[in-house]
Amino acid sequence: AAVAAQLSLSLAECPGTGSAQAGRAAACQGCPNQGMCAAGAAGPDPAEAAELRARLRAVRHTVLVLSGKGGVGKSTFSALLAHGLAADETKQVALLDIDICGPSIPKMMGLEGEQVHQSGSGWSPVYVEENLGVMSVGFLLSSPDDAVIWRGPKKNGLIKQFLRDVDWGEVDYLIVDTPPGTSDEHLSIVQYLSATHIDGAVIVTTPQEVSLQDVRKEINFCRKVKLPIIGVVENMSGFVCPKCKNESQIFPPTTGGAEKMCQNLNVSLLGKVPLDPQIGKSCDRGQSFLAEAPESPATLSYRNIIQRIQEYCEQHHSQEEKIM
Amino acid sequence: TLAERTNLAGVQHILLVLSGKGGVGKSTLSTELALALQKAGKRVGILDVDLCGPSIPRMLRVQDSAVHQCDSGWVPVFVGQDKAIALMSIGFLLERPDDAVVWRGPKKNALIKQFVTDVAWGDLDFLIVDTPPGTSDEHISTVEALRPYRLLGAILVTTPQ
Repeated sequence: AAVAAQLSLSLAECPGTGSAQAGRAAACQGCPNQGMCAAGAAGPDPAEAAELRARLRAVRHTVLVLSGKGGVGKSTFSALLAHGLAADETKQVALLDIDICGPSIPKMMGLEGEQVHQSGSGWSPVYVEENLGVMSVGFLLSSPDDAVIWRGPKKNGLIKQFLRDVDWGEVDYLIVDTPPGTSDEHLSIVQYLSATHIDGAVIVTTPQEVSLQDVRKEINFCRKVKLPIIGVVENMSGFVCPKCKNESQIFPPTTGGAEKMCQNLNVSLLGKVPLDPQIGKSCDRGQSFLAEAPESPATLSYRNIIQRIQEYCEQHHSQEEKIM
Repeated sequence: TLAERTNLAGVQHILLVLSGKGGVGKSTLSTELALALQKAGKRVGILDVDLCGPSIPRMLRVQDSAVHQCDSGWVPVFVGQDKAIALMSIGFLLERPDDAVVWRGPKKNALIKQFVTDVAWGDLDFLIVDTPPGTSDEHISTVEALRPYRLLGAILVTTPQ
């Protein structure tokens, strides 16, 4: 006899192995880790939380770059956001790549082959410019093709180290590039960064429904963990042929694209960036697309978006100062 | 258990579709491959182990379907012409399509094991396993769970950059 089985997974969230609810929440039922979590520490290690707070005290603004969907341009956007913000030499920018399995940032920033050095004050970020420092698991691999085949807990451990052991110094903007999904890395970064404060998340998508359906989940994730959403960026939004100047929709927005989704979900659309083959080329060569193609419509879009993000962060900061 | 040995016993070949990189077309390829094999007269199933971003249900236009249970386990959703493609995805288990599955590794691993051993696939020529990007929990658990069965191999998908 066939019995309908609608499994209710919408409330099934892991509270976090370090949380006070670990092993005790409703979602823990049936999790193979439940016993371990329930028997473990009552909550996050206060000494650890204090360590993270101390390390991140000198970080003024933190922006997470998320998607849900893979291959939409998170790392590309993170790299260009970092370059864009660092163009102001008075600003100190840090780019943290927490995509442990597929770290793209070293290559995109032209830093392949670089290694992380340790000093008395911790791990040293790799500097692209004097005011732009980068950290990624990519710098810890002996060969760029080495696969990091780690389960969640090990990935979480490294992310914690990136925040605790890296000597970022005084930072105006910390940008965190993430892998696709809503899993360990995302839960952990939100948990660990609660030691400082996160200005918000920039969510990247492409116009197609297959991307948007993952991005809606990411928006729900942000709401669940109370992460403010700065806005959505729609990448690969149209292609203008350099020869005939005709515009084509390579990824047609069959359900209205990011614009419709943002309207429906009441989030800000920060901008749409057209496809420009130079973007991929610049990324492959580790160069800033904004510097290599200053006249491209895509560059104009990126710059507008970066400015909006800056304005959001500055406004947020001055509001906080008023409160304090 | 007998059920474990039964549920995949009728599957002739298991194919993994992998990448490492996201957004290169794994789900698209898995779907098109299944449709092409089915058109060629083969019995096909797709197991979608992308728990955070399940794309297969929408690609086959069955995103509103539900999963039923029978004596030997979960009944896959049948799609395509003559309902001949069997499909299992977390997408069918969500209350609302936009619900985020915010799970850490251990919980993902437990569901993947269930997907491999508890779905009553029946007799299939091919079972295509679509994966998320990366080399982490989903990938390790899927390969471990599939080891006792006829794992033909992996197709790797990329883009030129």
